[in-house]
Amino acid sequence: MRDGMVENRGAGHWFTHIGLTIGVLVIFFPIWLAFVASTVSQPEIVSPPMPLLPGDQFFENYRKALVSGVNAPVALMLANSLVMAVGIAVGKIVISLLSAFAIVYFRFPGRRLFFWLIFLTLMLPVEVRIVPTYEVVASFGMLNSYSGLIFPLIASATATFLFRQFFMTVPDELAEAARVDGARPMRFFWDILLPMSRTNIAALFVILFIYGWNQYLWPLLITTDPSMNTIVMGIKQMFPSGDDVADWPVIMATSILAMLPPVIVVVSMQKLFIRGLVDSEK
Amino acid sequence: MEKRVTFKGWLLPMLLLLPQVIITAVFFFYPAGQAVWQSLFIPDPFGLSSRFVGLGNFEYLLGDPYYRASFVTTAVFSGLVTLVSMGVALYLAVLADRLIKGSGTYRALLIWPYAVAPAVAGVLWMFMFNTRVGVVAWYLGLLGYDWNHVLNEGEAMGLVVVASAWGRISYNFLFFLAGLQAIPRSVIEAAAIDGARFWTRFRTIVWPLLSPTTFFLLVVNVVYAFFETFGVIHTITSGGPQQATTILVYKVFKDGFVGQDLGGSAAQSVILLVLVGLLTVVQFKFIERRVHY
Amino acid sequence: MATLTITDVKKTFGKTDVIHGVSIDVAEGEFIVIVGPSGCGKSTLLRMVAGLETVTSGEITIDGRRMNDVEPMDRNIAMVFQNYALYPHMSVFDNMAYGLKIAGTPKAEIAERVAQAAQMLQLEPYMGRKPRELSGGQRQRVAMGRAIVRKPSVFLFDEPLSNLDAKLRVQMRLEIKELQKRLGITSLYVTHDQVEAMTLADRMIVMNAGRADQIGAPLEVYANPATEFVAGFIGSPATNFLAAETLGRSGVARIGVRPENASLVAPDQGLANGTLLFAEALGAETLLHLRLTGGEMFTLRQDGTAPVPAEGETCGIGWDRVRELWFDHGGNRVRQAG
Repeated sequence: MRDGMVENRGAGHWFTHIGLTIGVLVIFFPIWLAFVASTVSQPEIVSPPMPLLPGDQFFENYRKALVSGVNAPVALMLANSLVMAVGIAVGKIVISLLSAFAIVYFRFPGRRLFFWLIFLTLMLPVEVRIVPTYEVVASFGMLNSYSGLIFPLIASATATFLFRQFFMTVPDELAEAARVDGARPMRFFWDILLPMSRTNIAALFVILFIYGWNQYLWPLLITTDPSMNTIVMGIKQMFPSGDDVADWPVIMATSILAMLPPVIVVVSMQKLFIRGLVDSEK
Repeated sequence: MEKRVTFKGWLLPMLLLLPQVIITAVFFFYPAGQAVWQSLFIPDPFGLSSRFVGLGNFEYLLGDPYYRASFVTTAVFSGLVTLVSMGVALYLAVLADRLIKGSGTYRALLIWPYAVAPAVAGVLWMFMFNTRVGVVAWYLGLLGYDWNHVLNEGEAMGLVVVASAWGRISYNFLFFLAGLQAIPRSVIEAAAIDGARFWTRFRTIVWPLLSPTTFFLLVVNVVYAFFETFGVIHTITSGGPQQATTILVYKVFKDGFVGQDLGGSAAQSVILLVLVGLLTVVQFKFIERRVHY
Repeated sequence: MATLTITDVKKTFGKTDVIHGVSIDVAEGEFIVIVGPSGCGKSTLLRMVAGLETVTSGEITIDGRRMNDVEPMDRNIAMVFQNYALYPHMSVFDNMAYGLKIAGTPKAEIAERVAQAAQMLQLEPYMGRKPRELSGGQRQRVAMGRAIVRKPSVFLFDEPLSNLDAKLRVQMRLEIKELQKRLGITSLYVTHDQVEAMTLADRMIVMNAGRADQIGAPLEVYANPATEFVAGFIGSPATNFLAAETLGRSGVARIGVRPENASLVAPDQGLANGTLLFAEALGAETLLHLRLTGGEMFTLRQDGTAPVPAEGETCGIGWDRVRELWFDHGGNRVRQAG
């Protein structure tokens, strides 16, 4: 019914589309340019201006990036990123589900204290406590390890808070019915609460996956060994120091590879993603 | 809010909480506490012992022109990032809100940058403006403008702002669009019949009704610009030229890891903690109030 | 005050025709009610007059001026919406003053006109409140007030009472009628409630699936429905329709008998026989629901004091044949000869 709304008379309608199209084009331009750069040869880039349409070096550049890379094969960095992103998402969801369940469905001494501690962690990004966290991880010998990449980044309770909010909306009758049916707490958690939280879990997974995948400062600090580099922080390492010329086609192919998984997740799970965004900001 | 039904026992809930508690204690509260503790000491040059200096590190920081400059840089940087990304996002959202058909397509295209890591965004923009091979820099050269963000402080700031704002447009767009679509159509129509043309409607009806969304985004974007833009700065300018793009988070990193000034870096962390705390308070105050117009 | 004409107006959304061509000339100060079931296109027609929907073909004029491509703000109309559409962030006063402010009316005059409207609608105690602090009836009044202060040439009402409870609806209905008479502003009023239509309208447009089945004064429409649809829609309880052949008639398809025109007689003494299924005693009147020998249902309305037969009893039903409504196979009225 909104097609016939006041502003959409005649030309205004087209201005709207033109305005949006320009916006989309401008916003897409950096990505397009990176893609083009990843399909042409080095000489085409270093003698500007580079072409604005894709070339024929697509396979060559991507093969080179994936197999040999600059410091480490990009395929390896992709795998590292995948482990890290999935580890952060799954890890945070699991510990948060458990603790939210405990806080909402049990009464035990210190419950309020736990709740407030959780609240405290809500908005402090890892960047703020970076030096001491590094020391802790180093003292555990977790530098250049997956656990070192993952644990510090799941050490906040944002997800716990979210699940708590969700569990509070689950009707009391369900837990009562489960108790009448003789279900023990973990049984109730497993058979009822978990299936009911499916969409929330999926939405949170999307957000956390992107959060983990896109980490930069933390992997930069603790992965000194190129074979442990994640792809997002690895790109910067591919630039030569000093005056050497960067291998632009390979770097740009790596950039495209680095943004591909999160883009696929966001675009293909748009509904979940938007829901996750809105949930996690409430 | 409390649940009417609870399960009995205290051992099970403790066990359930254990993983979260351990991880949070070891990787969150302990380091945060360490930051506070370290901020009170100055290590000796050999790192063998450290001397208690009380608030000395803070006094030194607040007296340090570089640190004060970094504060100003951060303020300018986050102000601009917030303004640019919210401005563009609002413009696009207002346009998309006027459509019924096709707004989904534009939305699907506009959410891409959200998925691009700040560090990758930095590489993309640095590539476009690279003084040697950058396409945009080259065309600017054709127009007679000699772009060089490696040497020019203003251009460096401009570039990191745009690269940071770019990645944030998606997010702001989604929230603005949702906010616009939550305004009842009939209210807009009533205003149209009351004689308000597009701009008047926007100024007197849409903008006030959108203000809860705007305020929320304002806080969230400032937080983003403060902390999550490290990757952009590190890939494009490394804080330079001179200190022109050294925002507070970048300075914590540089002084702590590159400069090995643990006490100073820890004191900076504490100051950031306080800043985040303040922003959080602002945000919660606002959430309490956001139901009201 | 103005005249309003709608000439062969059509509307299509994509490939669906929602309005197939409606025409009416509205005289100055006339109160026109557009009534019909949901989805008949009545709201769309109103929104086209408001300028909120484009006109696919045909013409709308106000005071002789063609309005098809005129923006809503330039039509000098006022509209009351179903959900009131009050500006949630403005006080009652500001809600009513908004249109005047935009028009650049001097402050003193705004204050005066708003005060006048507020007095007329008994809104004076609430001028500083926000819409969320008002009851449904009060919001309704503010929406009315917002329309009144602008002294428009045409009032448009889009089901303004449908969000109110039954008692309030009757009261507001009277207020609207009284107000419209006092101000004498040409009005177009959309509703799905035939009682509202009957009580408010000078003339009504009965719409059915995008067509104006009949346009006329309420009693005229009631007494002389143009189509089977109108006969069934206007009047409560609804007209009984009987297949002509069960009554042994030919030349028409169906015969309509209004419940209030029929009466009980001794078995086989009337025009049909039926068994009483149940009776609804409403006090002043009683509704009798009967099943005819042919299996059809028949509703009959009689005075509350009249005797009611026992349920299951067979009765005769009689009516004045002159008041029968005849319809052909297409649902159109067939006039009785003489």
